[in-house]
Amino acid sequence: MKLKTFKKGVHPEEYKFLSEHKTLERLPIPEEVFIPVHQHIGAPCRPLVEKGQTVKTGEIIGQSTGFVSSPIHATISGTVKTIDNFPHPLGINGLMIHITGDGKDEWIKSFDETSNWENLLTDEIVDLVQKAGIVGLGGAAFPTHVKLSPSKEKKIDTFVLNGCECEPYLTADHRMMVEQSEEVALGTRILMKALNVSRGVIGVENNKPDAIAAMEKATSAFNNIEVIPLKVKYPQGAEKMLIKAVINRNVPTGGLPLDVGVVVNNVGTAIAVAEAVTKNKPLIERVVSITGDGIKEPKNVIARIGTPFQNLIDFCGGLTDNTVKIIMGGPMMGITQHTLNVPVIKATSGILCLTDLSVIKHKEYPCIQCGTCIGACPMNLLPTRLARFAQVENWQMAEDLGILNCVECGSCAFVCPSQIPLVQRIRIGKLRINEMKRKAKLATV
Amino acid sequence: MVDSSLIYADIIGAVLSMGGLGLIFSILITLANKKLHVEENPQIEIVADLLPGANCGSCGYAGCANFAENLTGGKTQLSACPVCGPDAAEKIARILGVEVESGERRVAIVMCQGGDGTVKKKADYEGIQSCIGATFVGGGERACSYGCMGYGDCVTVCPFDAIHMNDKGIPVVDRAKCTGCGNCVEACPRNVIELHPLSHHVFVLCRNKDNGKNSRAVCSAACIGCKICEKAVDGIGFNVTDNLAVVDHEKYTRELVLPTEKCPTKCIVIVGKADEK
Repeated sequence: MKLKTFKKGVHPEEYKFLSEHKTLERLPIPEEVFIPVHQHIGAPCRPLVEKGQTVKTGEIIGQSTGFVSSPIHATISGTVKTIDNFPHPLGINGLMIHITGDGKDEWIKSFDETSNWENLLTDEIVDLVQKAGIVGLGGAAFPTHVKLSPSKEKKIDTFVLNGCECEPYLTADHRMMVEQSEEVALGTRILMKALNVSRGVIGVENNKPDAIAAMEKATSAFNNIEVIPLKVKYPQGAEKMLIKAVINRNVPTGGLPLDVGVVVNNVGTAIAVAEAVTKNKPLIERVVSITGDGIKEPKNVIARIGTPFQNLIDFCGGLTDNTVKIIMGGPMMGITQHTLNVPVIKATSGILCLTDLSVIKHKEYPCIQCGTCIGACPMNLLPTRLARFAQVENWQMAEDLGILNCVECGSCAFVCPSQIPLVQRIRIGKLRINEMKRKAKLATV
Repeated sequence: MVDSSLIYADIIGAVLSMGGLGLIFSILITLANKKLHVEENPQIEIVADLLPGANCGSCGYAGCANFAENLTGGKTQLSACPVCGPDAAEKIARILGVEVESGERRVAIVMCQGGDGTVKKKADYEGIQSCIGATFVGGGERACSYGCMGYGDCVTVCPFDAIHMNDKGIPVVDRAKCTGCGNCVEACPRNVIELHPLSHHVFVLCRNKDNGKNSRAVCSAACIGCKICEKAVDGIGFNVTDNLAVVDHEKYTRELVLPTEKCPTKCIVIVGKADEK
C-alpha cells in the first residue's frame, strides 16, 4: 500500500537513532528556575507575584492579558528571588520570574484529583485547558484554548493529532507515543469532546513503527480514532501539510485549518490536556529531547519549565569538546542559542548540540535559476523570487507572489545548491511587510 | 549585368515610401498631441527640479516628482520634506506663493559607542550580514541587547552617503551630508539612531537600561546609571531614569558646566561643533 503524504517537501537525514530508543527520564527538581512571562504566541503575561514571595508548585504566577495568551505557573516551590530580564531562548532578553527552590517541591493544594471528564461540558474543558496554561507543545506554542474555541460559523468535523515529528533528530513526541500512549489516546478523546467532533485521526510518520503500534493498541477500543502511518517527509508536521496528508483537504491560501473543518494538536499537547482535565495539573513540565553528536549521552527527559539548559546538558553527561552549536528545537526551524543559561520554555521540544563535524559553514553562490527550491516548497511558492524581491526591498512584488503564505519551514534553503539563505531572506521580508502593514493601519486609525 | 537605373528607381521608391509614411505619422502625432493635450501645471516640473531629487521617501510620497505634484496641488506642506535646504525651500515657496517655515536642520545621531573591543562578544554569528537578519538569531555577536549590532543596515539605506561604519563597527554620521531624512532611524531594529537639531551637542551615547552591574558586564562604554552627571549639573538638564541618563536639551546647553569629564564610562559625549550650519 502506498503511504499517504503531501506534495513536494524534502527528506533530510533523520538522525533519530541517537535518542529514539532512550526511555523518558525525569530530570531532578532544579534548584532554581527562570520562568519567562512570554513563552507563547500572543500577549505576554502580567506577573502576579512579587520579589520575596513564597510560591508553591503549580501556583499561577503570571496572568494572561488577552484572549490569545496563556497563564504561567510556578514549576517548583520556593521563593521569588527577582523579576528581571534574563536571556530568553526565543530572542535576546526577556522578563522572567526567577524562583529559587526550597527543595521540597510542595504542590499547591487547590488541585484536586477531579471528576469524571466525560460529564464535563465543552466550555468547562476549554476553561480547564486555559487555566492550565496549555499551549501547542510542538514548537510554535500557540495557546490551545484558542484552537478549541472556533467561531460558530466554522463547522469542525475532524480532529487531527500530530505525531509526525518531522524535524530530524527530535524524538520527544516519539517517546511519548510509545510510553504514554494511553494518555495520548485519552487526551485525543478529551480534545475531540471539547470540539464536539466524531472523527479523530492520528498521523504518525512511518519511521516510528513502535509508536504506530502503541497508538493503534491504545486506540483499538475506539472506532472513531484512526492511526494513519505517513511517508517520512519534511515538513509533514506543519498543520497544512498534515491535513493534506491525512485527510486530503487543502487549507486555502491565507486560511486556517478551521476553514476546512479541522483542528490539529500535537501529541505532547494531548498529554498535557489529559493531565489538566483529569488531574487538574497545570503545564509545568514537558518532554525535551537532548540530542545531537555534541552531547555525550543523548536522552529524552521530562524537565520542569524554567530549568536552565545547563542542567539538562549536565544531566546528559555534558557536551563534547568540539561542540560548536546549540539549537533549541530541530535543525530545520530551531533557534540557535548563544548561552546555556536560557531556560526550557513551553516551546522547547529539543536541545540539539552539534559538533564542528556536523555544522558546515556555507558560502553563498549566485542563483543558477535551477528551480530546485520551487520543487521543494510545500506551499507552492517561488522561494528564489521571493528572496530576491525581499533582498531588493520590492515589497509589492514579494507580497503579490504570496510571501506572507510562507510557513518558514526552510525546505528551500535546505535544497538550494547555491546555498542561498532563502528562508532567512523571506523571513526578513515577511517581518518588514507586516511592520509596514501595522504602521499603515495605525496611520489610518 | 543589372541596369543601374533600375537600382536607382528602387532606392528612390524606398526613400519616398518610407519618407511618406514618416510624414503621415508625424502629422498624426502632431494632431493627436493637439487634440489629446493634458493641461499640466508647469510649476510641478520646476518644483521637482528644485527638490533634492534623492527619492528618499521620507516625505511619505513615492519620490520627489510625486511629492512635487502633491505639493503644487496643495495636498502637503513643504515642511514634509526634511531634506530640502533653506535656499531651495525659499525658491519653492516663492514659486508656490506660500510662506516658508524655517526649521532648524536636523541630523542623525548614533546613540551607541559599543564598537568592537568596547562591547563584549557573545557568540559567532554566521547568518545574513544585516541587523534585521541578526534579530532572528539572538541579535548577532554583540552581548549588549540595546546597542548597535554593527551590520550596517543604516549605511545601506542612506540615500546621501552620509553614514559610514568606522573601524570598530559603529556607524558614524557625516553631519555635513546628513539631511535628516530619517531612513536610518527607520532601518535600525534597535532604535539606536535619533534625529536631533544641529544645536544639540551633548549626548548620552548609550541605550542600555540594565542596572550598572549588568551593563558594565557587557560594555565598557555603557551608561551605568551612577547619577554622577545628574549631581554635577545639580539635576538641571540631566536625568537618570531606568538606569540610563537622558539629556534635556531645552535646559542643558553647551555653556554650562560639562559633566562629560566626570562620567566614569565616558558615555557623555560632545557631538559636532558649536558654529556648524
